Amino acid sequence: MGEIKKIKNLKEFSTSADRFEGANLLCPGCAHSIIVREVLNATNDDLVLSASTGCLEVCTAVYPYTSWDASWIHIGFENGSTAVAGAEAMYKALKRKGRLKQPDREPKFVSFAGDGASYDIGFQWISGCMERGHNIMHVVLDNEVYANTGGQRSSSTPIGGSTTTSPAGRVSYGEKQNKKDMVAIMAAHGIPYSAQVAPNKWKDMVKKIQYGLEVEGPVFINAMSPCTTEWKFDPKDTMMISDLATDSLVFPLYEIIDGHKLNITYRPKTVIPVEEYLAAQGRFKHLFKDEYKHLIKEWQERVDKQWEMLQRREEAGV
Amino acid sequence: MSMENTGWDGFEIGAMLRSFDGPAKDIALTKQEDRNYSKNNSFTASVADWRIIKPVFNKDYCIDCQFCWVYCPDISIISRDKKMLGVDYDHCKGCGICVEVCPTNPKSLLMFPEQKDTEEAIAEWPEKEKKEK
Repeated sequence: MGEIKKIKNLKEFSTSADRFEGANLLCPGCAHSIIVREVLNATNDDLVLSASTGCLEVCTAVYPYTSWDASWIHIGFENGSTAVAGAEAMYKALKRKGRLKQPDREPKFVSFAGDGASYDIGFQWISGCMERGHNIMHVVLDNEVYANTGGQRSSSTPIGGSTTTSPAGRVSYGEKQNKKDMVAIMAAHGIPYSAQVAPNKWKDMVKKIQYGLEVEGPVFINAMSPCTTEWKFDPKDTMMISDLATDSLVFPLYEIIDGHKLNITYRPKTVIPVEEYLAAQGRFKHLFKDEYKHLIKEWQERVDKQWEMLQRREEAGV
Repeated sequence: MSMENTGWDGFEIGAMLRSFDGPAKDIALTKQEDRNYSKNNSFTASVADWRIIKPVFNKDYCIDCQFCWVYCPDISIISRDKKMLGVDYDHCKGCGICVEVCPTNPKSLLMFPEQKDTEEAIAEWPEKEKKEK
């Protein structure tokens, strides 16, 4: 224990023994479980986990079943991160008093939450955990919508996305507010590590998770999770959509160390137009009508601007 | 306590479900076949009835790249010692991601109707596709 698991290539990774089980009730083709598997398989250490209310939580803990092979706390919508932070504080206290039953084992503390539970409802709780400096990792499964309750908009929903509370139609083109830049907000707490990951880039993900678990202090991970039900695409296309998202730079992969030093970890060989990413999903199909076509151009400009900002920040190294 | 005869309100608040029977240590180093799963573990359940199409594995073309293993959302690709062995039909929901990410030509995983016999499916396997120049 305490050693970083060696994962040089995918064949070596495939010898991992999964600690997340099948026959959970997530939709076929859901990226949540792909992300959870990649996170859990990145380490052999003992784990203390939690999930805030959301698809992942309600689908993996359907009484009388559990899909988790590690200690897992079932708790409210807002406080998954604080529950894990509490467990971490207890662990530290018992360690200080010499009362740990297995002092040779060092567990890792990870909380999972959806974008609703992180960007909106659990926002101040996560902020508190980051500010207090607990040694935990918070992983956001960012599917840009409250998928569990039927697809309401969250503050992660991007402009133009049609959801049940921001429907597109004759009057509106869907969501009007821009997506919150959560990675930057969390980095602004001065935490040692915050990063954005995607399930299709498993190696990048494993590297970031391993770094995050090793580093002392709170870690924030934003994982893009394509939602077959609410983004409206065929379940088999989950990885194709992920590729489109990372290669069109809608979801750039980068990390911020110690709250300021930004590194871009993936540069697509050929950057594809954002239009292709939008066209692959049913939630954006109204943008291709004549009256809303200008929004696609605005999308591209926004993504280009963000990419330029990231590159400049990386160059400046501050 | 028998769970079958107890309603949702018959359980005490703050219940704990055990994933394994007896002591469980180093689960991260224990393969599924060596684990002592409890009846509360969803591993013992099945979602096979969700499927209308199923992935069929043809090992003749497989190069053991493990793309299907890493991108399977339902832990239904059985890989041991860096070799792909087959599909776990108790937990597969038939999403078809494994077929999409398979890089071989022809693919070593293809979707067939749920009722189709595996040997029949393999006999119908398509030939290698020629690249258009």
